[in-house]
Amino acid sequence: MGNKSFFNNMFHKNGRALGSIGYFVLLMIIFFIGAPEAWIRPNLHQSVFVMMPTLIFLTIPLVFLVASGEIDLSFASTYAVAAYIFALLVKNGVDPAICFVLGILTGASIGALVGTLIVVFRLSSLVASLGVLFLLRGVILLLTNSRSITIMEVENHWIYPLLVGKFYGFPMQIFWAAIFIIFCYYFFNKHIFGVHIQHVGDNSVSAEQMGINVNAVKIKAFMFVGVGAALGGIFTTLITYTFFPTQGFGYLLLALAAVFVGGTPYWGGLGTIVGAVFGVGIIAYMEIGIIAIGWSGEWRQFFNGLIILLALLGHRLHGERVR
Amino acid sequence: MENIIQLNKVTKKFGGITALNKASLYVKKGEVVGLIGDNGAGKSTLIKTLVGVYSPDEGEILIRGNKINSWNALKAREAGIETVFQDRALTPQQSIVKNIFMGKELKYPFGFIREKEQINEANRLIREIGFTSKLINAESSVGNLSGGERQGVAIARAIYNNAELIVLDEPTNNLSLNETQKVFDFVLNVKKSNRSVLFIGHNIYHVYDISDRFVILDRGEVVHELNKEEISSPEELMKLMRDTIKKH
Repeated sequence: MGNKSFFNNMFHKNGRALGSIGYFVLLMIIFFIGAPEAWIRPNLHQSVFVMMPTLIFLTIPLVFLVASGEIDLSFASTYAVAAYIFALLVKNGVDPAICFVLGILTGASIGALVGTLIVVFRLSSLVASLGVLFLLRGVILLLTNSRSITIMEVENHWIYPLLVGKFYGFPMQIFWAAIFIIFCYYFFNKHIFGVHIQHVGDNSVSAEQMGINVNAVKIKAFMFVGVGAALGGIFTTLITYTFFPTQGFGYLLLALAAVFVGGTPYWGGLGTIVGAVFGVGIIAYMEIGIIAIGWSGEWRQFFNGLIILLALLGHRLHGERVR
Repeated sequence: MENIIQLNKVTKKFGGITALNKASLYVKKGEVVGLIGDNGAGKSTLIKTLVGVYSPDEGEILIRGNKINSWNALKAREAGIETVFQDRALTPQQSIVKNIFMGKELKYPFGFIREKEQINEANRLIREIGFTSKLINAESSVGNLSGGERQGVAIARAIYNNAELIVLDEPTNNLSLNETQKVFDFVLNVKKSNRSVLFIGHNIYHVYDISDRFVILDRGEVVHELNKEEISSPEELMKLMRDTIKKH
């Protein structure tokens, strides 16, 4: 009996994460049956692994924010602003390590501003961050005259092999993404920051009555999203040696889809880091796998949509919302 | 005897409405104070001001005789005041243990949580409070609990923090007789350990039974303050309350 309740408990506590692992496995099986020869080729998985780290940097901080009861769309532009600051400073001869730090600080500052705006003026985070998304993109396009910046020189600096070089054939960004996941797992589940986020998203009145500074918690969550976006932008700029002004826009819906496919509900109070990682896996394999099995790219959006709906239905069947 | 907390001529307005008008209240060590008043008398506002959820527009707050500036919920908890709110102040999707330690988590350096320790403490507390069901443990989510069990979690939180003053806002609302008795036993235990309780209630009989002193609130003002010796029965208390309401 003890064992049975242990497994019940495990399943109950991790049901959302297990759900997205289930979808991921199912997707792999479908691809394998659909195109075994493409599946066995390592370059399919290599392309996924190149894409995944960026998506992980974007998606996991969004889990924190969604769990706090807010949402942010502006991260897709923050991504470009941070990358722009990084590339511009590198181009002007500043040490790339310093540029990296300044890029991350840019992301955090934008997050803090967006968060403060939303929390202090009690704006809808969906609409306000949509505004910021366009506003920042406009600023970038105006500042750069829609021109990209190439930074080939960064290859000779130690930061390049450390962040995006190869280690026994594996791209370094995979290791950084793995460290990021582990850090975030503990940060969300075992650290006061993550736990307060869950209380605030669950019932902000209760959290406030218990002395938690609700506004500060939310603003920090926005800042973390900004940091994640900056990491994504800078890593991508390093990998491609290029900043381009429309950078990041393509990740907007993919990262949000990964959060929800991963099993984090939209209503706040709950979230799963492990689920989000598999959510990212599902989205990344969808993007690349459809082409790999020889279907045309037009099917990609169709299947992305289908999987979001199926995942939502699945998570709904697993757990009723408790209020 | 020392006043744990003292509110001096506190005023609180919401827009054009004066919810509290120069209300004063104190609680001494080891006493049970019953706060009564009709709906809209300002009980909730007074409590929320006392525990730092609202900051007063005028008046002062003293903790053990010392004036406190920029009063807030965290300062109240640090001063040893724990509140069992009418709505229980729980987060239903989270576990019992997370709720018991909400805002006052046991931490390692750098803010990581002492999870094992918290779970052990929470299991001990819910047994102490009298959670009998074996299906419930510290990691069960609060959303699956009954009203009485939720009240138990809110009380467990107050016990754990070893508060000097426990504020119970309508603690017997929606509770069964058995559960109400548990709340009474809890109040008596707190008193026995020379700590204080501020008991807010609709049910005059409940308040009469448990309190040493009564404070009657009407339209944001404290209209009566009486020791138990001055009142012979709950009916007399009830009459006093009705008469004040009529006068207005």
